[in-house]
Amino acid sequence: MSKISFIQGNIACAEGALAAGCRFFGGYPITPSTEIAEHMAMKLPKVKGTFIQMEDEIGSIAAVIGAAWTGVRAMTATSGPGLSLMMENIGYAVMTETPLVIVDIQRGGPSTGQPTMASQGDMFQCRFGSHGDYSIIALSPATVQEMYEMTAEAFNLADRFRVPVFLMADEIIGHMREKMTLPDTVPVMPVRERTERSTLPFKAEKDGVPGFTPFGKGHHVHVTGLTHDERGYPSTTNPDVHERLVTRLVAKVESTRREIASYDVTNPEAETVFVSYGAPTRAVWQALHDLKDDTVGHFRLKMVWPFPDWVEELFPQAQAYIVPEMNLGLISRELERHVTIPVISVPRLGGALHEPEELIRAVEGAK
Amino acid sequence: MRHEIRFSGFGGQGIILSAVIVGRAAALYDRKYAVQTQVYGPEARGGASMSAVIIDDEPILYPKVRHPDIFVIMSQEGFLRYGADAPENATMILDTDIVQGRPACRWYGIPATSEAKSAFGRVIVANIIMIGSLVGATGVVGTEAIEKAVRESVPRGTEDLNLRALKRGMELAAEAGRSP
Amino acid sequence: MNFMDWYRADRLPTIFCVGCGNGTVINCALTAVSEVGWKREEVVFVSGIGCSSRAPGYIDADSLHTTHGRALAFATGIKLANPDLQLVVFTGDGDLAAIGGNHFIHACRRNVDMTVICMNNQIYGMTGGQGSPTTPRGALSTTTPYGAEEGTFDLTALSIAAGANFAARWTSYHVKELTNAIRAGLETPGFSFIEAAVQCPTGYGRRNRLREPEDMIEFFRTHSMLRQKYDRLLAEGKLVPPDTIVVGEFVRRDRPVLGGKK
Repeated sequence: MSKISFIQGNIACAEGALAAGCRFFGGYPITPSTEIAEHMAMKLPKVKGTFIQMEDEIGSIAAVIGAAWTGVRAMTATSGPGLSLMMENIGYAVMTETPLVIVDIQRGGPSTGQPTMASQGDMFQCRFGSHGDYSIIALSPATVQEMYEMTAEAFNLADRFRVPVFLMADEIIGHMREKMTLPDTVPVMPVRERTERSTLPFKAEKDGVPGFTPFGKGHHVHVTGLTHDERGYPSTTNPDVHERLVTRLVAKVESTRREIASYDVTNPEAETVFVSYGAPTRAVWQALHDLKDDTVGHFRLKMVWPFPDWVEELFPQAQAYIVPEMNLGLISRELERHVTIPVISVPRLGGALHEPEELIRAVEGAK
Repeated sequence: MRHEIRFSGFGGQGIILSAVIVGRAAALYDRKYAVQTQVYGPEARGGASMSAVIIDDEPILYPKVRHPDIFVIMSQEGFLRYGADAPENATMILDTDIVQGRPACRWYGIPATSEAKSAFGRVIVANIIMIGSLVGATGVVGTEAIEKAVRESVPRGTEDLNLRALKRGMELAAEAGRSP
Repeated sequence: MNFMDWYRADRLPTIFCVGCGNGTVINCALTAVSEVGWKREEVVFVSGIGCSSRAPGYIDADSLHTTHGRALAFATGIKLANPDLQLVVFTGDGDLAAIGGNHFIHACRRNVDMTVICMNNQIYGMTGGQGSPTTPRGALSTTTPYGAEEGTFDLTALSIAAGANFAARWTSYHVKELTNAIRAGLETPGFSFIEAAVQCPTGYGRRNRLREPEDMIEFFRTHSMLRQKYDRLLAEGKLVPPDTIVVGEFVRRDRPVLGGKK
């Protein structure tokens, strides 16, 4: 029996993780994400899971990576400053193909900024923040229900691609309470684990992803952040080995972008199209409701990275895109790379959500 | 019907919990939709605290308060910051022990803090008295719903105390009548 | 099984310089692991970055070669997620005491059940001989060209103060004693810390009048003093040369352990 509930976004996130089978949480207190750690600290011991508060966010993500290599579903949750600290080890997780989930309840930056106010300032950091070329997956919830569902889904994506998956939420969605339905179960994809020891543990299967070889099962796998060959052995001066590895790490995600893409299209015949993700989506919903105008559409991204760059196919008659974001225009810049018509950024800093009236004015301005 | 209720006071009064309780009553027991949000600073105690709950028969698209029609005010600073400009057709519940200001809209004066002390010996239940007055004055959520929500939101062992405070708040609203 | 059975034959030779002390310490560690009878399937070797941290890459078992300074945080995650696994961490003085210092004291404080072997060569070897938190005052390195001016960490004392259950210090000269100390560390529940002074003729000795590997081994032989003798001399008010390497077992205790077998 599913259950109607009235809970905070951060609690829904933790509950979604638990439902997905997450059994390890490593984290460090940081506003506005801390409720996730607190809830995991309370719940994980009751399901034979492990919670640990590490000495900092660098250690938190390290512990999560270590735990993931024992074959458990593992996650951390943080906010911008903590995400900055995690960056080197996020690159390590990418390079070692470690499945894990990172929740970022975004707050105003740069630096310590606005601890209790919302922002979407980390949308590029999660994609490009670690050094080198790589690819990750980022989801962006706009409701408490989605905090639950997307967190659960993030684990499936992490396991399938062996890649860090980000839940890029914000203080508004993380802290608000909203009516939601707690389902009995969530879809849990089985991990593709190698059953026999292979001399080539990092040899990819057809989809570019090697089967997982968790510790303690006789795989004798050597895992390193150095450029490595299919045996897992360091090979740091052979240009071909590096190019092959990094190309595969990117391609295994990017080649599936059409298949895994997740978005909502409203009014595909529209001339003016809102593009949104996360909290500003709520302002767009209200503006569309108030406008009652079929010439205004909405492209709502549930998965921001990889970016669905075929947006023009979805809105063939669009004359302009309007992109409200709680930053100075990050995803609007990404969108600009992929479309030929004007992209109007509606930036918002300070933590307050866009007002629907402001978006309605933007539509009038675009026409 | 959409209602936007704004609660304000200072940290430690249970301003956020008040909005949570009302939201829970609406969402879980009145089978409506509700969204609860808050603005808070670094202070765990003191400082200005503001919390809001939106209740609607339809799914709530925009989660932030746009046109508040009900105010529950428990500090003078909260009144000045969040209540003084209340529109004329709004309804305000004031803790008259703490709030000196009076709005242009209709209002109910509730001596919640002194009543909490004198009748219950626990100043902490002042916010529950205010919730009772809110429900008594506006009927924004059902009586049964708010009782259930209070019962499941307060610390175990304090349910009866809080339910009595809730009932007292409803009585005070009836006694106060709408002013002016 | 003896120590040679643990090596990945297809990975040899190692990247270590001729005369490096790291190989000795790895052999001691693998001998100790063989002696306690751990199977390949139940032990994970973890390391950070630096010469010492290349060790797990040569061992035929599950191994995690992580980022600089963070090995103990990774190892903590492994151990807590699966307490049935045995954890051995190889690290160096720069990795453990500089960039990883905070993880070091917190892993000791938590008394996480693992054995940490620090190859202390008093220098950053991998990057070409820069000063580290254990480079002695006055010693030359590429970043202390006029002699190191800073004080040093006593890593063993640090581990004890921070809460480790077991701590010992030996050198690459003391093969038997070092092996026994590592074995004792493996057998002691909780955080076991074994500091092994190792020669780095390329990065350290060359600049500090210890050019040949045997010069440094000889230094270890002549400058090591058993902890018991050191304590006695101090109690008698006698002078002990400042470059003395105090060796032996320093602590073995039974504080509460995090991540012990369930």
